[in-house]
Amino acid sequence: MALPSNKLITINDRGARAATTFGSISAGGANMVFIKKLTASSSGTLSFVDGASSVVLDDTFKEYVFTFNNMHPATDEVNFTFNGSIDTGSNYNVTKTSTFFGAYHGEDDGDAGIIYRANSDLAQGTGFQPLGYLIGNGNDECTSGSLHLFNPSSTTFVKHFIATTNDYYYADYSLSHHVAGYCNTTSAIDAIQFKFASGNIDAGDICLYGIL
Amino acid sequence: MPIIKGLDKLVKYNDRSIKDLTTTPTAAGGGGTGAIVHIKTLTASGDSTLNFVNGASGVVLDDTYPIYKIEFINLHPSADGDYLRMNFSIDTGSNYNVSKITTHFYSGHAEADGSTAVAYDTSSDYVGTGDLTIAPSVGNDNDQAFSGSMTLFNPSSTTFVKHFISTIHEAHSDNLAVSTYVGGFVNSASAVDAIKFVYTSGNIASGKIKLYGILDS
Repeated sequence: MALPSNKLITINDRGARAATTFGSISAGGANMVFIKKLTASSSGTLSFVDGASSVVLDDTFKEYVFTFNNMHPATDEVNFTFNGSIDTGSNYNVTKTSTFFGAYHGEDDGDAGIIYRANSDLAQGTGFQPLGYLIGNGNDECTSGSLHLFNPSSTTFVKHFIATTNDYYYADYSLSHHVAGYCNTTSAIDAIQFKFASGNIDAGDICLYGIL
Repeated sequence: MPIIKGLDKLVKYNDRSIKDLTTTPTAAGGGGTGAIVHIKTLTASGDSTLNFVNGASGVVLDDTYPIYKIEFINLHPSADGDYLRMNFSIDTGSNYNVSKITTHFYSGHAEADGSTAVAYDTSSDYVGTGDLTIAPSVGNDNDQAFSGSMTLFNPSSTTFVKHFISTIHEAHSDNLAVSTYVGGFVNSASAVDAIKFVYTSGNIASGKIKLYGILDS
């Protein structure tokens, strides 16, 4: 007796290929996907350009996260900054409006408070946005934190960003900064560049993740 | 010979390969294990302290991950108005006394809608080797607790200070909603390999603290 072909097709119904969940398999944190790591070594800039060097920065993900770990400047007392590009890195000069505030506390316990830093926000500026503030270049001094970039591929909306850093300020303070704003363009952002305002990035890692 | 012609091929196709999958394809939202890896969950039950010590009880807190994330889930104090504090160790938990500096500010809003604030808290920021405050004056009514998270950057570095950033929200003992933002660094070039959490006056009656590693490859 031959098995009717329609029964066979019913059993092998391509259910596995069409599956959207996988039973007992744990996603294991797969909602945050590692994309790319850049390691500074006396680098002038570190850039993530969509389509280059395995970087994905397009509509694959609706949110991207950059983590920066121990960004150490070659030059003392410099801001750690970023900018966006709408032409895959040919120019980093998108218009941005942002807020920048944080808390400060001296190692000598003599000075502490919260402050809005008007010299580090932007109002329709195209320059680089500070994330870390006047970082020291002592051997153990650096800044670490993260930057969230929302829906960079949108051609309808502005592109919001939110960053949090902790900085080793050059005059021996701990600074905690909260930076947020938007790239005021309806063009898709397809590249992000990081640099210190002056001098090289002597050391440090920046990783890019996509959020599913 | 199978009782039904062609059944042997059918069995071959259903070879349990789906059951044995350990990763999901990228198109299904997988693409591996993901970048956030759960390491350890500690569940409080009247504990005086909760500790993560590298190499003990399945805890990894070394150069395996460049960034660690700690989640606080409903940490409920036994004593009203208690302070959840934290310290670090560079000798796998023998001593929790590394030098630290932090900033500490908050926003608050009273349940009675009569009081709001954004302020820096000089009584809760820290310079020294003692325990630093993550969550101040947490209420101990049955439904009061705090939740939040902390990110610890590169604890295994023997070159740089170790930055950390914490954001929590709490039910304050004075019936306030309070968001607290703490940032700082361990002012040491030695590797941090253990962290402890403690309520100052009483115990950690209940709640969970979860440790995750964030992959960079």
